[in-house]
Amino acid sequence: MPDYLNAAALIQASYLLTAFLFIMGLKRMSSPVTARSGILWAGAGMLVATLATFFFPGMSNYPLIIIAVAIGGAIAWISGRRVAMTDMPQMIALYNGMGGGAAAAIAAVELYRGGEMSHTEATLAVVGAIIGAVSFSGSLIAFAKLQGLIRKAVRFGGQQLLNLLLLAGAVVCAALIASGINASPAVITALFALALALGLSMTLPIGGADMPVVISLYNALTGLAVAFEGFVLGNAAMIIAGTVVGSAGTLLTQLMARAMNRSLGNVLFSGFGDTGGAAAQGTVTGSMKPIDAADVGVMMAFAQKVIIVPGYGMAVAQAQHKVWELSQLLIDRGVTVRFAIHPVAGRMPGHMNVLLAEAGVPYDLIADLEEVNSEFETADVALIIGANDVVNPVARNDKSSPIYGMPILNADKAKNVIVIKRGQGAGFSGIENALFYLDNTRMLYGDGQAAVSQLIAAVKAA
Amino acid sequence: MTGIVALYIFMLAAFTGYEVIAKVPVILHTPLMSGSNFVHGIVLVGAMVALGAATSPLEKTIGFIGVLLAAGNAVGGYAVTERMLEMFKASGTRKVGGAKGSH
Repeated sequence: MPDYLNAAALIQASYLLTAFLFIMGLKRMSSPVTARSGILWAGAGMLVATLATFFFPGMSNYPLIIIAVAIGGAIAWISGRRVAMTDMPQMIALYNGMGGGAAAAIAAVELYRGGEMSHTEATLAVVGAIIGAVSFSGSLIAFAKLQGLIRKAVRFGGQQLLNLLLLAGAVVCAALIASGINASPAVITALFALALALGLSMTLPIGGADMPVVISLYNALTGLAVAFEGFVLGNAAMIIAGTVVGSAGTLLTQLMARAMNRSLGNVLFSGFGDTGGAAAQGTVTGSMKPIDAADVGVMMAFAQKVIIVPGYGMAVAQAQHKVWELSQLLIDRGVTVRFAIHPVAGRMPGHMNVLLAEAGVPYDLIADLEEVNSEFETADVALIIGANDVVNPVARNDKSSPIYGMPILNADKAKNVIVIKRGQGAGFSGIENALFYLDNTRMLYGDGQAAVSQLIAAVKAA
Repeated sequence: MTGIVALYIFMLAAFTGYEVIAKVPVILHTPLMSGSNFVHGIVLVGAMVALGAATSPLEKTIGFIGVLLAAGNAVGGYAVTERMLEMFKASGTRKVGGAKGSH
């Protein structure tokens, strides 16, 4: 008996330590200076909790546990190490879905066992089961969409009604189980089937551009599911970590939605995020004026200040290393270089920062929208590479445009605007970009990487 | 753990989560999302306990899948977050790898 008490007390103590390490880790991750150490703190917390759990009193099935940890861990480690930085959003979705699935699996084991549970515990178990299952199937769809496995947003009439029916069905099953009226395996199975189907039908209609918000939302939901299953198991580490992620994730989701000028309701219940959306025809006058690389090189080499506006197109062309090489050349010549990042540059907020960091760009050269927008007026050159809608001035002044009201980078205020662009097509959302037709704008046509290489040569020659 | 104590924990943890990341700059949104994704990988300990108590083949199968998925969440979340944050460096500190112990 004393041994049992000691083991239990030690496990509780180690979970407390884990909770502390997680919170400190997240705190450190919210500043670029300490971010790197933050994940190490959180990682240490995870290690402590996992090792302590092996000593949990009365556990059996050790071989199964070890095999499952080894297989799941090995696959995730290898895939996580190999994935390209551009594919990061869908990997996060995938790992997040796995967490949601695990929370649902815990609920399933507890419910199928049918042990004695209080009404509160049973309620939390079924609610956690629904949330976890929705997050699981929804995240898998988000992964498939960003990975290009599902190319089109699937929409059909009565979709909202179907979602509502699935949700209502799941809630009825949950109520039957939690109230103890009918907790038969058939009802439990129906609960999971309905919740999984709900995750699919909720996520399928959402377009690729809105996916980051959805992934963030499912991240918060998984946290909540983990917290609820933590209640059922009486596990404080799960309650704390799950709840912290649930609330932090909700805030993050709101921040992202705001950065994209979208409300969460809009993301979930309308279809603007579809890349194949209706092309709005604005009234754009003037013409696009081409320029060649040699002239741009001279212009930049003798500038005081250059602001580079990268977009996802730059990452697709794998031009970020060349862009940094160009920036270093300019910095060596005494030019002030800044990178201006729109919140939705890349495929989710902050993704472009990761891609630039990968190329070696120090984070203190990178400015976000509020910081940099007043600086464009003093910039000699704004170099737009792979960005489009986020520098479109119609968002400021054309009320009829679908992107009206979206915060944009005021690149048009720079003395000279150079746009590197493959061809003359419209942007991601199919909206004509008024910036390209301005008097101070010149177009440098070509593949991103090749064009920047020409600029490097031109600056060297200048 | 009594219900009311659990509720206290829940409430305080919710405020903590909100406060901890309230001032996060946009440049860290993606790594932070990935980091919080890693943190809910703590579901692994619950999945281990559930599998550890499983008796019937059905429970064992579901428990096994649960642990497998949870381990994927925890390990994968760590791997990608660490990779992203490893690359964040300020000007002039390009030679050294970690910011560990810097303050």
